[in-house]
Amino acid sequence: MPAGETYPDDLRYHKEHDWARIEGEEAVLGITWFAQDALGELVHYESPNEGDTISKDAPYGEVESVKAVSDVIAPLSGEVLQVNQKVVAEPETVNDDPYGEGWLIRIRLTDAGEAESLLDADAYKQVVAEA
Amino acid sequence: MGYLSLTGRDREEMLAVIGVASVEELFRDIPEGVRFGRELDLEPALAEQELSRQLEELAARNVDTSKELSFLGAGMYDHYVPAVVDTVLQRGELLTAYTPYQPEMSQGVLQAIFEYQTAICELTGMDVSNASGYDGTTVAADACYVAKHATGRTNVVITEATNPQVRQVVKTYAPGFGLEIVEVPHRGGMTDPGELRRAAAEAACVIFQQPNFFGCLEPAPDLAAVANDAGAIAVAHVDPISLGVLEAPGAYGCGIAIGEGQSAGNYQSFAGPHYGFLAARNEFIRRMPGRIVGETVDTAGERGYVLTLQTREQHIRREKATSNITTNQTLLALAGLVHLSWLGPQGLKEVGETCMSLGEYAKGRLVDAGLELLFPERTTFKEFAVRVGRNAKEAIHDARAQGVHPGYALGRDYEGLDDAVLVAVTERRTPGDIDRLAEVLARR
Amino acid sequence: MKLIFEKSQAGRRAGELPRYELPSAGVPEELRRREAPRLPEIAEPEIVRHFTELSSRNFGIDTGFYPLGSCTMKYNPRVNERLAMLPGFRDLHPHQEEDAIQGALELMWRLQEALIEVSGLHACSLQPAAGSQGELTGLMLMRAYFADRGEADRRDTIITADTAHGTNPASVTMAGYKLAKVDTDARGNINLDHLRELVDERTAGLMLTNPSTLGLFDEHIEEIAGIFHKAGALLYYDGANLNAVCGISRPGDMGFDIVHINLHKTFSQPHGGGGPGGGPIVVRDRLEPFLPVPAVVQEGERFRLDYDRPKSIGKVRGFTGPFGVFVRSYAYIRSYGPRLREMSETAVLNANYLLARLREVYDLPYDRLCMHEFVLSARTLKREHGISALDVAKRLMDYGFHPPTIYFPLVVAEALMIEPTETEAKETLDAFAEAMIAIAREAREDPEVLRDAPHNRPVRRLDEVKAAKRAIVKYGFEEHLDLGDEPAQSRQLETQRGA
Repeated sequence: MPAGETYPDDLRYHKEHDWARIEGEEAVLGITWFAQDALGELVHYESPNEGDTISKDAPYGEVESVKAVSDVIAPLSGEVLQVNQKVVAEPETVNDDPYGEGWLIRIRLTDAGEAESLLDADAYKQVVAEA
Repeated sequence: MGYLSLTGRDREEMLAVIGVASVEELFRDIPEGVRFGRELDLEPALAEQELSRQLEELAARNVDTSKELSFLGAGMYDHYVPAVVDTVLQRGELLTAYTPYQPEMSQGVLQAIFEYQTAICELTGMDVSNASGYDGTTVAADACYVAKHATGRTNVVITEATNPQVRQVVKTYAPGFGLEIVEVPHRGGMTDPGELRRAAAEAACVIFQQPNFFGCLEPAPDLAAVANDAGAIAVAHVDPISLGVLEAPGAYGCGIAIGEGQSAGNYQSFAGPHYGFLAARNEFIRRMPGRIVGETVDTAGERGYVLTLQTREQHIRREKATSNITTNQTLLALAGLVHLSWLGPQGLKEVGETCMSLGEYAKGRLVDAGLELLFPERTTFKEFAVRVGRNAKEAIHDARAQGVHPGYALGRDYEGLDDAVLVAVTERRTPGDIDRLAEVLARR
Repeated sequence: MKLIFEKSQAGRRAGELPRYELPSAGVPEELRRREAPRLPEIAEPEIVRHFTELSSRNFGIDTGFYPLGSCTMKYNPRVNERLAMLPGFRDLHPHQEEDAIQGALELMWRLQEALIEVSGLHACSLQPAAGSQGELTGLMLMRAYFADRGEADRRDTIITADTAHGTNPASVTMAGYKLAKVDTDARGNINLDHLRELVDERTAGLMLTNPSTLGLFDEHIEEIAGIFHKAGALLYYDGANLNAVCGISRPGDMGFDIVHINLHKTFSQPHGGGGPGGGPIVVRDRLEPFLPVPAVVQEGERFRLDYDRPKSIGKVRGFTGPFGVFVRSYAYIRSYGPRLREMSETAVLNANYLLARLREVYDLPYDRLCMHEFVLSARTLKREHGISALDVAKRLMDYGFHPPTIYFPLVVAEALMIEPTETEAKETLDAFAEAMIAIAREAREDPEVLRDAPHNRPVRRLDEVKAAKRAIVKYGFEEHLDLGDEPAQSRQLETQRGA
């Protein structure tokens, strides 16, 4: 069942429709409700490998629906600690629960200061409103 | 005139609805400076009857296989095309359809492609086939593109015993793909696995042909193993009509199987249109070029077919697509499916066996006639090379004066083989035809 | 309907082969086929019925009106089919000696001459197998041309329009070039200011369709050509829309240096449910040395294949190209002769007539006279009634028409791209217009009938998500999954369809 439109206050956002949940020296990353809604039901998640290094503002994976393919942009830099295998197996998990079960990767942050440049929920909602 | 349907009155009414005074006015957005100011300088228009006569005259100036006993092959073969192929291909609903973008309008073509994909996978022992490529050369370039992206490597190894045109096309594509091509010479009509091993280290893929351009059987399982050991993708270029008697590439470790489909279901037609096929193991499914048809269900639960995994393709992935192909060779692939269905597994095996036994008979007759086989140690399929004891081009020319075309002059592509002719023997040649060939080429 | 593999019965067959009293030849054990391929085992009458039933589940230009934008679905004359099957063409081997292929070479040479005249350029190669291969060949020519001038390393970028077919950017990457995209302005022309910003000493060339995929002729084409030529770059013409301008405006005269021509569009090669096609390229004289080999040339009364082209890019396809396609297209051109212009005039008249009849009913994003096709939008229907371009397309099927191209070009929301072609009668255009008008009314009064459309095709809307996720791409025999056991959902998404 697709989720309703929400942008939780405890997350930080990147204007390319990605979110980060910062947990100390680590962060969990995913795509926003807006991104999954624009793509439609996901049918494939091309994930990075655990141990890969990802860089802020650069793509680290791809998500695909039937009609579109989209790079997933890293909101923060770090090393990939874990890939959500549930999404690899059942990509539609992202549509059902983009901020919970539908997370994409967990990383160890290389530069905690980067988070300063991300948007809070209200600022990101503004981005969505203008899209 | 031509194939237009409007009457003068239609035109007037239509112009009135549009609100312009003349057809000329419809072109007002075209800048004056680029308007074409004269009539096209083209040959005069012909009525259908005149057109037929004109083209019949051109056709009559060609020497086709009905006029000359031909043993030409070298990539295009004179196999029998059953009448049902013509019947199916002239069904207007299939012949005059575009690419099946709207599945509800195109279940016929979509199901036919799904069946074709199944047939190709059965022949090659692969998991997934695309809906066809242009021909047996371009699918080799496609395979290189897949291999580059799958392995991240930039070398392609191709055996010199692979069809020269395939090698030429791969070399034409290579600079744009950022690939280097390494060719491995043949030794006595066959590729040496040890020599291939030295070239294959760090290769994205290794392409070989089975049977190879000389008609000789390669030690294909060994060549595939060499590629796999080096972490390269083993790519077999195979003749579909051989796959009733020769092992499927999937059964000996290849990652990709490609080939020219002409020998299954297509007329020679001066080299086209035909189809190339490309099939692969499942691990490459998201890197496949071109259309793929998949099965699904409709809202009423009925089985149906759609173009699928389209995010690979140019209309969605654009500059990151796995290929730029859109128009392919569906109609010719359909001909292949019909021909293979007409043959069935037993018929396919019999065609292969017949080509081989006729080939052995031809070798014997030519040796009896005083000629020497170029690679006497090799097992061959459908085609073999023979030394004619003189310049092959001249020998071919002289034989044609007696109504026989003995085959292809190998000196065109291989140094030192100016006296060698590649002789193709399909199931359409009879023992009597072969006797005639031996008579014409006899050295004693 | 069953698959042909599901009709198979062990031991049944259709084709028989001649049998000769010859010893059988052995295949070495390690190379011999162990398990026979599971091809269908089926008798000939059932083969004919199977494919006849498949054809009854398909729609071609022979079935009815097929206004698929950018695909130029015109009538395919039957005489062309008969001519392509003449034994002198059909049973001809490409390695025959030159004296034995004079008729074939002459036909190819004459076709080249006709395409050169229509393009307003100087030399032609028929070799590319389709439009997208023609594009790639054209880009390879650019690379070879600049390499010859010592500028290959510097010129690394190709510019395409944001209205371009997906093949253009894909070809750019395959040719090893970088891509830059230029915007479309409010009138549907290329945004000249943006273009001037993009073109510099790194630019190798432009790829452009003109008229564009919006069906609009670029009113600034001379300025565009000037910008590129001044920068020492080349212009490539994507001939997908050449049907609009034969004898009216020639790409060479517009300033283009390389053109590909889709023989399966403008010159009526039947498309066979996806191919074959033909993508000859025609070039300005300075690019001729780089064309693929062999070239078909005339010498006195004779024709021959010329391989002696040291600067050639090589071969892009086997032999000399899809000859059967050439027979049909040459025959098509000869049926018009110098009056080919009337073909394009009529295509443009038919398109403008349909546009005039539909412009009040659907949104028209670029309000101009069109060329051979035009792009409407269903965005008002979508906003007011929740009816998408996809729904309109599916409902057209119930009225007996093939839908237009939808969701392309990408710059128009809810796009419906309509190309009637010149071969249609006014009654057909009127019937289509009435259907489109009726559908717009249904969207207001009875939208459910659109959302559930089509109602009388062999299948209803198909679950494309399931197709992509399950990826069942061949028959699995005993292990074949029955997707009908899984709950069906209407999940056919709005995929853009460029031709």
